[in-house]
Amino acid sequence: MKTETSSSWKKAINSGLISGLISVLITLVGLVESFARSDVIRGVFTLGEIILFAPVIILTFSALKSASNSSKTTLVCISAVIGLITGFILTLLILLGQAVDLRVMFVNASPSLFNMLMRGVPLPLGALLPPLLCVLVALLILGIYLIPARPRSAIIRGLLWVIILGTLRDQLLLIDLFKVPAISSFLKQVIFASSGLKPIGALLIFVITAGSAYYSSVRKKGTATNQSIKAQKTKRIITIAALAVVVFSLPYALGIFYTEILDTTGYFIMMGLGLNIVVGFAGLLDLGYVAFYAIGAYTMGVLTSPGLGLFHLTFWQAFPIALLAAWLAGIILGLPVLRMRGDYLAIVTLGFGEIVRLLALSDWLKAYLGGTQGIQGIAQPVIGSLEFDTLQRLYYLILIGIAILAFIAWRLKDSRLGRSWMAIREDEDVAQAMGINLVLTKLLAFSTGALFAGMAGTLGAAKLTSVYPHSMTFIVSINVLVMIIIGGMGSIPGVFVGGLVLVGLPGLLTEFAEYRLWFYGLALVAMMLFRPEGLWPEARRKLELHEVEIDRELPSSEVASAGQ
Amino acid sequence: MLKRWRQTVTWMDIVVWAIGVAIGVAIIYGTIVTLREGRYTTGQWINLTIDGLKLGGIYALIALGYTLVYGILRMINFAHSEVFMSGPFTAVFLAKYLNNIGFYNAHPIISLILITLLSTVVSTTVALLLERIAYRKLRYAPRLVPLITAIGASFFLQYTFRGLYGNDPETYPNMNFLKGMWNIGSITVPKIDLIVILSAFLLMLLLYGIVQVSKTGKAMRSVSEDKEVAALMGINVDRIIVYTFALGGASAGIAGILYSLIFQQVHFYMGFVPGLKAFTAAVLGGIGNVVGAWLGGTLLGLIESLGPNLFLSGLGIPAANQLKDGIAFAILVFILIFRPSGILGERVSRTKA
Repeated sequence: MKTETSSSWKKAINSGLISGLISVLITLVGLVESFARSDVIRGVFTLGEIILFAPVIILTFSALKSASNSSKTTLVCISAVIGLITGFILTLLILLGQAVDLRVMFVNASPSLFNMLMRGVPLPLGALLPPLLCVLVALLILGIYLIPARPRSAIIRGLLWVIILGTLRDQLLLIDLFKVPAISSFLKQVIFASSGLKPIGALLIFVITAGSAYYSSVRKKGTATNQSIKAQKTKRIITIAALAVVVFSLPYALGIFYTEILDTTGYFIMMGLGLNIVVGFAGLLDLGYVAFYAIGAYTMGVLTSPGLGLFHLTFWQAFPIALLAAWLAGIILGLPVLRMRGDYLAIVTLGFGEIVRLLALSDWLKAYLGGTQGIQGIAQPVIGSLEFDTLQRLYYLILIGIAILAFIAWRLKDSRLGRSWMAIREDEDVAQAMGINLVLTKLLAFSTGALFAGMAGTLGAAKLTSVYPHSMTFIVSINVLVMIIIGGMGSIPGVFVGGLVLVGLPGLLTEFAEYRLWFYGLALVAMMLFRPEGLWPEARRKLELHEVEIDRELPSSEVASAGQ
Repeated sequence: MLKRWRQTVTWMDIVVWAIGVAIGVAIIYGTIVTLREGRYTTGQWINLTIDGLKLGGIYALIALGYTLVYGILRMINFAHSEVFMSGPFTAVFLAKYLNNIGFYNAHPIISLILITLLSTVVSTTVALLLERIAYRKLRYAPRLVPLITAIGASFFLQYTFRGLYGNDPETYPNMNFLKGMWNIGSITVPKIDLIVILSAFLLMLLLYGIVQVSKTGKAMRSVSEDKEVAALMGINVDRIIVYTFALGGASAGIAGILYSLIFQQVHFYMGFVPGLKAFTAAVLGGIGNVVGAWLGGTLLGLIESLGPNLFLSGLGIPAANQLKDGIAFAILVFILIFRPSGILGERVSRTKA
């Protein structure tokens, strides 16, 4: 018994040290300060504080979870220790920052940061504030943890909604629909303060969201299987119809600011649908995917731009040619490349992406591709007398594009070809033994993906009416990759989730822009470590990813049963 | 004979080889034109060769990290370029401090040792943290999972260091000790170039010795041969993997200092291109192979510095040096297509990674 308590002490101290070090890192990287200005609840707490306390919150929670059958006093001790150690490490940082000028090395270690950590209280007392607050936060987490499961998840959901709505205050008020005087005055007087939420508003949101979450969880338990199939079907139709209405009215309900973000998200979703075929279905890691977007966009530019004066086609004349060019590029690259091992493929495609960018940048091809200045004056699509020249009109075109691509991807997924792709993904040798032509099947995946990216490229070029080599970087490829991994590799709804979370949300949060790739990297690692199947997993992929664990668990359990 | 040939060769091979031959002809033609026109003097060629050698040595040192890790874990440690970046980007602050107190130019050798030490320690720490936090849990995961993790870790580290030290490049202070020329026979070589070339070479020799002769080196090689059998032979596989990451990190840290002595500027994105090129070098020489890393690095450095002037300018391409990186990537692509096992052949068993 004694050894058990001493080991849980050790664990708590470990968690505390880790959380303290992560807090210091987060602080010095600059996250805390740059989010300090966005209030969540005005005068109560800011997003920066949430980020500062995130390590304590997460590590306390996981420590409590692993020590779940200890007594309550042990749990209190664990959370207090974690909070205390984290806080003291922050105190050390403050004292160090007062003694030496850390700014020589760490650009973010400014006096205002330390002032913020001490919450404006002068030094001797202020340095003791972080431990106090961290302990309070840890005990709060303990409190939430001790609540029974169902109300707990409702409370957590409510809190998340408060944080999200509070953070997005400025962006929400930009929505055209909310500019109607009645709604706007209600929002401004009751819910939102000059930045962040008002305490009453936060309470209101919390009660509504947590209440509805709790209510639905209770109801779900009551009527799990009572619904007839027909009722379910009509319910589904109603949801789809409602969704369609919402999607169609978005650009005019939300306004220009949002339409811009939606359009960009749209291109990324298109690319995501394509890369999902390559990476998600066929398991070929393509790190130079932006090359095909570039080829689509540049073909459109070369064919339609009057600035270059090479060709004078309209958008729709150039459109099939651009698609063909991207598709052919996929085949030409795919032919030699697809015979190599998976991880080599990743590097070669990365190299290819860089080559395409360097060629577009070079003086050598300047006469054709515009060099560093890129191509301007690209034609915009026209159907009849309807010109797709505003962001809102383009939105519908993108919507149609996405619908077509999503339909193709969806139909391909369960087709013979789709099943071959997944067979290859799971085991190449076995797939070949089953009579699948490896090269041809991979080539089809690769070129289909290229085609999708090419289409995104043509529309992207039409939106900006220009292309620049500087926007065709490796980072775009990574962006798309992260999107489909977060959403769930091989899952089509996952692409949409990934697109909205990783392109739409950062588009809204402008403070976020600087740390976008930091979060992407973190998300990739965390996802791969803790939930490799993604947020919206595809069933088969999930099985495959957990296969190793099942394999490894089986023998030991067999041994155990044999021993008995 | 012809029948057998027709059975083994597919139309795909023919296309691939046709592309290869076309490129080969273009390179040879370009070279001949350049040499016949006599665009550059012998002195210029020598300078370019020296440039190539010094870059090559640095690539070789970085490539070592890729090669060792790939040999053992069969994964491309994509974040190795950030291991390379982290050392010199941290050590620059020490260099600046030493310069401010006047120590830097008063005791250049001690300063260099201190800076290198700090850079090595930081790079090694980053490499070990990577292994412990990101990779260890994924050792038995499907092959794409660790690679994606490595990409994520790479971005995370890049932007962590950007957040810590800022967006702007930092500059290493000038060291008078490294200025000046040395005469070797009839040619004069910048002192710093010679120092870099020699130290890279000696380090490679040392690391080769470690891997070939020392007991841990032998254990590393046996783990890369077969992890399970190595474990049965009483080798602590986990410890050997940690040791491998440490060795790769340390050599990347030193390579980072050599790199920043030449280019002086360091910034958070400095690892990406050298990292990719070092990986190319590792593949070029044959991945999993220490001598291959050295050979590949040197060769890549030479091709990169000589290539644009030698064959691209002969083909009439303006501003050929802009395509320097393009050549390196093109080599990578073609090596992987035509001889994926590299020049010396890889020391990785033929099982699919």
